Amino acid sequence: MIISIASGKGGTGKTTISVNMALALGAGVELLDCDVEEPNAHLFLKPKIERSEKVEVPIPLVDLDKCTFCKKCSDICRFNALAVVGKQVLVFQELCHSCGGCMAVCPEGAITETGRELGFLNFGARDGIGFINGRLRVGEAMSPPLIKQVRAAANPQRITIIDAPPGTSCPVIAAMSGADFILMVTEPTPFGLHDLKLAVEAVRLLGIPCGLVINRADIGDRKVFDYAEKENLPILLTIPFDRRIAEAYSRGKNIVEEFPEWRQRFTELFRKIEVIITERGGAAHA
Amino acid sequence: MREIVIISGKGGTGKTSLTAAFAALAKNSVLCDADVDAADLHLLMQPVIQQMADFMGGSKALINPDLCTSCGTCIDLCRFGAISEQFQVNAIRCEGCGVCVDFCPEAAIGFPVQRCGEWYISDTRFGPMVHARLGIAEENSGKLVSLVRKEARQLAEKRGADMIITDGPPGIGCPVIASIGGATALVIVVEPTVSGIHDMERVVDLAAHFKVPGMVCVNKFDLNVEMTEAIEKLAIRRNIAVLGRVVFDPAFTRSMVEGKTLFEYGEPTATRQQVLDIWTQIIKSPSMNTLGIVDLKSTIQ
Repeated sequence: MIISIASGKGGTGKTTISVNMALALGAGVELLDCDVEEPNAHLFLKPKIERSEKVEVPIPLVDLDKCTFCKKCSDICRFNALAVVGKQVLVFQELCHSCGGCMAVCPEGAITETGRELGFLNFGARDGIGFINGRLRVGEAMSPPLIKQVRAAANPQRITIIDAPPGTSCPVIAAMSGADFILMVTEPTPFGLHDLKLAVEAVRLLGIPCGLVINRADIGDRKVFDYAEKENLPILLTIPFDRRIAEAYSRGKNIVEEFPEWRQRFTELFRKIEVIITERGGAAHA
Repeated sequence: MREIVIISGKGGTGKTSLTAAFAALAKNSVLCDADVDAADLHLLMQPVIQQMADFMGGSKALINPDLCTSCGTCIDLCRFGAISEQFQVNAIRCEGCGVCVDFCPEAAIGFPVQRCGEWYISDTRFGPMVHARLGIAEENSGKLVSLVRKEARQLAEKRGADMIITDGPPGIGCPVIASIGGATALVIVVEPTVSGIHDMERVVDLAAHFKVPGMVCVNKFDLNVEMTEAIEKLAIRRNIAVLGRVVFDPAFTRSMVEGKTLFEYGEPTATRQQVLDIWTQIIKSPSMNTLGIVDLKSTIQ
């Protein structure tokens, strides 16, 4: 079962919900931090990192001894990652999308592939909770290929909780597609609602059931609640604004540990999600 | 043309609320919303759209079933798993590389350019604003960010504006890279939390590549004063000017609910004074000099 936690707007509490749900469920779940640009879940789960793995994407390597400078490679490349200049082939590796078109089109077999470092995958655990995060190399522009690698490394036998990046474009899609349920974390403010609507549109495009957590539920206004009702989005948990929670968060402390009465509420949150998935015909994965 | 870009690394630290407050204080500026993925500045600025244009992003493959012989060449070549066994292209997975288009022996695959969003030039009560809306689940957000920044620059020059104030996106990936290249200075808004400082450090590492001057302010500083001090120490170590602190103040949310900036909501408060002091420091900073001289001494290290 894969539950992806998203929001549209940043800073609404995705990481808080992901980590606290994982802690409430305990051993047997796996938490994937797919916000590879700014991964934070490890700061709160505090797993012991057992190993790291460098992740690369393929980019072309041109053998100039075989190259006839026919320019077929630069012609096929839609991303302007190759340029043939005189007796040289320039590869602009940061523009390459790793489609392999240049290698396939080269009539001389002069192109093979080497790697561009995307970042790292880190594997760890805490109290039986599995943990994987991706850490994008600073300067690397493309996060979706790394997010896909984090997803691919997950253990399909476990309950997977994904901490998704903010926004509604390709990185979020990479963190949500193939999930059994999307849990949207929002706050009842105009910014929260506006970005939630965009994120819900993205989820509907993917055809995945979703529900809401409303964080800092007593600030702002009631429009998020009205929207949820109109759109038939179940509100699965509300968390009031509590300065003690905000201060605990600032120090890397978790709600279920600091305020034990919340443990059961996070377990119930998961049970509600499980019921919705079962009613929809069960999880696509174990 | 001077341009300050407001970024944060972490989302939800108060970039847009502060950008809007700065807009209310600035005289004769152009506003630019470079967070095209989840743009919110318009909710406080209520822009009246004067001009609108489509944003054409990349192309995507489209198979003509009348010409397709189901040979499977496209499926074999596609590295993104975007073509189904029934020879239909999954538009979300399609990367727009066009390899299938070029290799299809029947020339059965078209490659139409996609309309990936739209962008606008608007009027607001604080001056002109350039903003955009990226389509849901779209790619090319970096390209759209570059486009709105370029349009904002042209508009600012045409109108004789003093500066551009750009609300940037969270993260460190492609839209952020597109937001900070060529900026006069970055204003980094950080919250005093373990994640706030962690994410600030990564965006600072990114900014150091671009040799841009940086300034930092801590928002909601009273949630964790020790962390605020740690952030300010980190800033100094990285040659980033410390602008000041803003208290945690529910007035930001209340003014947002009314579609107003902090300076248009309720009575003058201590928070307003803090934001005003920060703005004054930004304007007076050597990197924002009006001579157009790049302040190499203050670039992020």
